[in-house]
Amino acid sequence: MKRLAPGTELDGFRVGECLHAGGMAHVYAVEFAQGTPAPFPMVMKVPRMTAGDGAENIVGFEVEHQIMQTLQGDAVPRLVAAGDLSAVPYLVMEHIPGLSLQQWLDQQTEAGTRPPPLEVARIGAAIAMALHSLHKQNVCHLDLKPANVLLAPDGRAVLLDFGLSCHAQLPDLLAEELRNAVGSPAWIAPEQVVGVRGDPRSDLFALGVMLYEMATGTLPFGNPQTQGGLRQRLWMSPTPLRCLRADTPEWLQEIVMRCLQPQAQDRYPSAAHLAFDLRHPDQVKLTERGREVAGLGFWQHLRRWVRAAGMHYQPSPLAAQQQIERVPIVMVALPHQDVSDAALFSMRQETDRALGNLPGARLAVVTVISDSATSSSDNAKSETSLHRQHLTRLQQWAQPLDLENHQASFHVLESGDVAQALLRYAEGNHVSMIILGAATHGLQMQRLVATVPIKVAMHAPCTVMLVKAALPFEHLADEASAP
Amino acid sequence: MRLALLSDIHANVQALDACMAHAQSQGASHWALLGDLVGYGANPCEVLTRVQALAHGGAIVLQGNHEAMAIAPPPSEQSLGARTAGWTHQQLSPDQRAWLQALPLLHRSGPLLLVHASADAPERWRYVDNERMAALSLNAALAHPEVRYVFGGHVHHQTLYYKGSGQQLMPFKPSPGVAIPVPTHRRWLATIGSVGQPRDGDPRAAYALMDVAACKLTFFRVPYNHTAAARAIRDAGLPEALAARLETGQ
Repeated sequence: MKRLAPGTELDGFRVGECLHAGGMAHVYAVEFAQGTPAPFPMVMKVPRMTAGDGAENIVGFEVEHQIMQTLQGDAVPRLVAAGDLSAVPYLVMEHIPGLSLQQWLDQQTEAGTRPPPLEVARIGAAIAMALHSLHKQNVCHLDLKPANVLLAPDGRAVLLDFGLSCHAQLPDLLAEELRNAVGSPAWIAPEQVVGVRGDPRSDLFALGVMLYEMATGTLPFGNPQTQGGLRQRLWMSPTPLRCLRADTPEWLQEIVMRCLQPQAQDRYPSAAHLAFDLRHPDQVKLTERGREVAGLGFWQHLRRWVRAAGMHYQPSPLAAQQQIERVPIVMVALPHQDVSDAALFSMRQETDRALGNLPGARLAVVTVISDSATSSSDNAKSETSLHRQHLTRLQQWAQPLDLENHQASFHVLESGDVAQALLRYAEGNHVSMIILGAATHGLQMQRLVATVPIKVAMHAPCTVMLVKAALPFEHLADEASAP
Repeated sequence: MRLALLSDIHANVQALDACMAHAQSQGASHWALLGDLVGYGANPCEVLTRVQALAHGGAIVLQGNHEAMAIAPPPSEQSLGARTAGWTHQQLSPDQRAWLQALPLLHRSGPLLLVHASADAPERWRYVDNERMAALSLNAALAHPEVRYVFGGHVHHQTLYYKGSGQQLMPFKPSPGVAIPVPTHRRWLATIGSVGQPRDGDPRAAYALMDVAACKLTFFRVPYNHTAAARAIRDAGLPEALAARLETGQ
């Protein structure tokens, strides 16, 4: 399709200036030709080829339309209209102001600066949250790269370009052609190289490449042009970030290198888990991977290369949504006052049971202290020392849990409103289940004032488990002595 | 136009009522019944009464192999279908049998081609249960250049066949209740499942709804009182296996 002149009218839209001339499509600002005010600014994306070029050239566009029709939420632009593919194909969607991540990276390069690690983590977490929203809707993006990520002024990341995406509940129009890799060579996941579509963890690999790029200014696997070059990522471990930039913190290297694992099951199990680590650098579990500064030696690479030669990726047996549902983030809200040992014991038992059913689930143990509890003048009550005391208590509580297959982290929140703090935390971290004490001692008051558990249960964005102390210790003796 | 597509009702009036009520709640404006209204189940007359009422209102009704069997029951009773065909034959009035006999095997209107089994030889009752059979049926239907969709029943499974980027048809297992965009620049073939005798391990009744203007096809599964349908089969003295399979959806 040749470029549309400003003022052209198409199916009730008036075309404005061309905002972007990409390799595959032009993007124009548009408004309603009738002058009807639009609820938000709009753009029209028009592919460069026309229907005359053959239907197969336009499949990507068709896939994008198919998938955008189903997507909701603020991780993607809202779809307004689509043109008839056999006449003039186009998509009209919400215009998201802001820079693409590519433009942002270019700015950094031009200025000769690299962003601080916390900024990399903040942007990475925003992208991971957007991805999680996509995966929850059964969609894998599969062509994630800096040019397809918009950084909106409100801090969220918005994902674009679903031409190679895959929806678990819709026919995959690209299924056959993509036995060989299609996607952007620099960011594509190894399993995509061998033709596997539909694993949400492929997107985590691509996000790992972007994090690497943001932190170091280089691409971990270069920009290969050949099939052999693409296959490198099946066995090659990229140069550790700390070799390229000595000031990269270990936690960031740990996170990025975990995303870049050749086998999908060695990466983060879901984008929510990745976002969690990016938002809590102090809670990242460090391994050799995060510390190394030398990279794998020749012999180690050779061994991995031999293994990769016979590597067969199995397509994930589960649809994206089901897969990430299996690896939830479980949050335990531990009270720190007015709580009996029996209650703490029961909560641990229930937590153990919940985690036992969910290998790969992540545990976040949280307590809320009053924001007036800390004092800047009293040393014993200083923020750090008070937090340390509480963290130790949380860790002690979790000690008997079997956490071999679970990542666990501990958090002290400060707030005057306990329920509000718990709810905000659960929402912000995509928590799938909250475990908290039922606080039966407040039941008499309940008719007058909603207790914390009731408030949390009413407003939580997820499942809430209220744990009652099943067998208070004081009764154990009675039972033992009973005939 | 929202076209409700129901097939293989098999004299299961409980399942038919549940699917009709469900389709009405989904805004169905037109109806098509793709054959095998009777056979196996215990309520052929009740089913026919409802189907004839729909036909008076303009519904498309096709003949399936079980109609053919009920009109002229085969002499040997080798299959379960043949064993119930004689019983069904006796239940139906001569008028009803004549009405069934007059039903067409195939219906085409605009982009839609409806058939009980395969469009390439409707009278041979071939099972469209793989890509190759689907291609035969679809290619025969495409002799009419305006055809975009072939909908059939007979196999008691819900599958959508479509052309990926290669030349072969690809099978796709739909998720119930998910509207699938089926744009008209492609050709599609769907087997819409069985209302009255599902066989995929899920006892819920199966049907599909095609929104022709919006080019969206939705497959549905509808829970119904299958205990009552099974009881009716036992009460009528029909083979136990026919009652049991409704309870397990096998």
